[in-house]
Amino acid sequence: MIFMYKVLKKEILAPSIKLFQIGAPLVARKAMAGQFIILRVHARGERIPLTIADFDREKGLITCVFQEVGKTTRELGALDEGDCVQDFVGPLGVPSQIDNYGRVVCVGGGVGVAPVYPIARALREAGNEVIGVMGARTADLVFWEDKMKAACSELQVTTDDGSYARKGFVTDVLQEVIEKKGDIALCIAIGPPPMMRAVANLTRKYNLKTIVSLNSLMVDGTGMCGCCRVTVGGETKFTCVDGPEFDGHLVDFDELARRSVIYKPQEQAALNLYNKKSSQKCHCCGGGE
Amino acid sequence: MTEKKRIISTKNPMPTQDPLVRASNFNEVALGYSKEAVMAEANRCLHCKNEPCRQGCPVEIDIPAFIKLAAQGDFKGAIGKIKEKNALPGVCGRVCPQENQCEKYCTLGKKHEPVAIGRIERYCADWELAHGAPIPETSTPKGKKVAIVGSGPSGLTCAADLAKRGYQVTIFEALHVAGGVLMYGIPEFRLPKAVVQAEVQNLKKLGVDIQVNAVVGKFASVDELRKGFGFDAVFIGTGAGLPYFMNIPGENACGVYSANEFLTRTNLMKAYLFPEYDTPIRIGRKVAVLGGGNVAMDSARTALRLGAEESWIVYRRSRVELPARHEEVEHAAEEGVQFKFLTSPTSILYNDDYWVTGMECLEYELGEPDESGRRRPVPIKGSEFVIDVDTVVVAIGQGPNPLVPRTTEGLACNRRGNIIADGKTGATSLPSIFAGGDVVTGAATVILAMGAGKTAARAIDAYLADK
Repeated sequence: MIFMYKVLKKEILAPSIKLFQIGAPLVARKAMAGQFIILRVHARGERIPLTIADFDREKGLITCVFQEVGKTTRELGALDEGDCVQDFVGPLGVPSQIDNYGRVVCVGGGVGVAPVYPIARALREAGNEVIGVMGARTADLVFWEDKMKAACSELQVTTDDGSYARKGFVTDVLQEVIEKKGDIALCIAIGPPPMMRAVANLTRKYNLKTIVSLNSLMVDGTGMCGCCRVTVGGETKFTCVDGPEFDGHLVDFDELARRSVIYKPQEQAALNLYNKKSSQKCHCCGGGE
Repeated sequence: MTEKKRIISTKNPMPTQDPLVRASNFNEVALGYSKEAVMAEANRCLHCKNEPCRQGCPVEIDIPAFIKLAAQGDFKGAIGKIKEKNALPGVCGRVCPQENQCEKYCTLGKKHEPVAIGRIERYCADWELAHGAPIPETSTPKGKKVAIVGSGPSGLTCAADLAKRGYQVTIFEALHVAGGVLMYGIPEFRLPKAVVQAEVQNLKKLGVDIQVNAVVGKFASVDELRKGFGFDAVFIGTGAGLPYFMNIPGENACGVYSANEFLTRTNLMKAYLFPEYDTPIRIGRKVAVLGGGNVAMDSARTALRLGAEESWIVYRRSRVELPARHEEVEHAAEEGVQFKFLTSPTSILYNDDYWVTGMECLEYELGEPDESGRRRPVPIKGSEFVIDVDTVVVAIGQGPNPLVPRTTEGLACNRRGNIIADGKTGATSLPSIFAGGDVVTGAATVILAMGAGKTAARAIDAYLADK
């Protein structure tokens, strides 16, 4: 059993948002909606968590969608089909709790559409009426509309600037859905932390239970280091083993935001160095943006 | 012995890097004996008839025999003798607390300093590393498979012993490299990672298969290892990987690390080589390490090496109660680590950006002895004061990682979450499932975990022989 974690498919979903399908049979075998993996691009790389966007147990495939923001995600994005990542471990974290709740809303913002997709699909399969709400900053960043449409009973799309579908934030759409439909049993919201906070603030008013999926910094991802600790309802939890999903009404989003930028200066320095190096090496790719 | 041996009362000194130099590098502190020194040291052994040292060795090394060979300069023979019992001599020779083990029983030690058994062991291991290890011998294959969960000291030892007995052994390791705490916890300057990996390579030569990136309890449960993957027995050696926190206000502020995170970033992920390696670590000007064990000393010494101006050990008892090895405390002090005894924090202070700015503490005095036999620290009323620090490392202990117990139905655990296992066999409440090391005992030493791995290997062999 020696595994090469090979990139079998690479797709560019939007500028700086990429999809990788990676061969990892032992991970795929057990993967469930809501879980994540940790990977290292190369032997000197850091361990980064990525939420599972899809999986194929029979073919042994895991799909991850990520946005290139720092050095590691850019290095990952620079891999091509046929290349391998150094390490790939999972499935980690607690899976989403899939039940027949009745009517649920699944909100995906930005790259968060990817992890929300398998949850929406599983909820639909469990007999729920799934109302999908997906939002992006602008038209270019909209992806997986077709997949979401297929997974949800109905889907609404919005862009912040109105360049596609309607104009507005996911919270605007969500409020309409709540007002119009009523009787919603559960809301799942995944996206940038400010979006999840906004959704939680909105649903709190309606007393609508809301699950968010956190993207804390991690090292091992198995409960060993506590890097990912977050305060939920006044208690410290580890995102990696207690989460990544928590009750959005109880998460201390202020703390989450502050802890997520602990290494900002180092991350910026590493990115600058990477950009400088790749622009020296090759003028046709990298180095820009 | 023909003539009465002349007693040399002190150990040959271990050469070390100068404290002021080493406090800013990650190279090994103890440099190792020369050939002359190791032979001289080995010659101090009195070769007592009753061999008292052997009772102090959890992995049952024939200590007098290897020392005799080392004294003659036969290091090949000496390391061969050690490896009959111990698969990790380079590790043990460095981090085993010999003063509480073999050397504690050394006859010479009654009046003088004991023979430096650990240092001799280390020399022999390093000699082999430099000269190349022979292909190890194994028994005829037994046609049975054993899974080892975790590749720390207990798992590696159990794996080696079972492989030697002819079992087909697979180790499942959650992280991306084998070695467990030897890789993520113990710093490079005490235990070079190349030494650990060389010993892991020797295990592979024994035919042990090592699967990294494999979190048991996630990709497969222990039960599935038995049934789906067809392993005839399983040894659980998942260690004490769950960090304890103080549960005081401010503990989630930026700049507060668990010792596990602090050391894992530095050792496993090589954050001290950032940006050559990608994992960052953030070290402030003044670091407080909470706790008094070896992990605390490792953290405080690491902080200095990462560039902290001041590194403090904050411990609620006094110097004599420090649970760390004496040698580690001395090394830390030499390097400039400072100590604040009889002090414990009540809250961590932070600024508007949530970064640590200080630590409010209480002074303590020692009261009556508690159940551990140590005098209980009692807070002094009104003694609150603030220590000016910007980084806090919490090193007050670790518990067992619950991942495997939680996913193994019927596995009996105690109140603290440790797996309950028979001390003589490692047998758990489930047939064919054995356990040993820190996950059973709570955080202890490398050598005790290795002893548990050895015990379990013997019991697994006996169990499978009956099948």
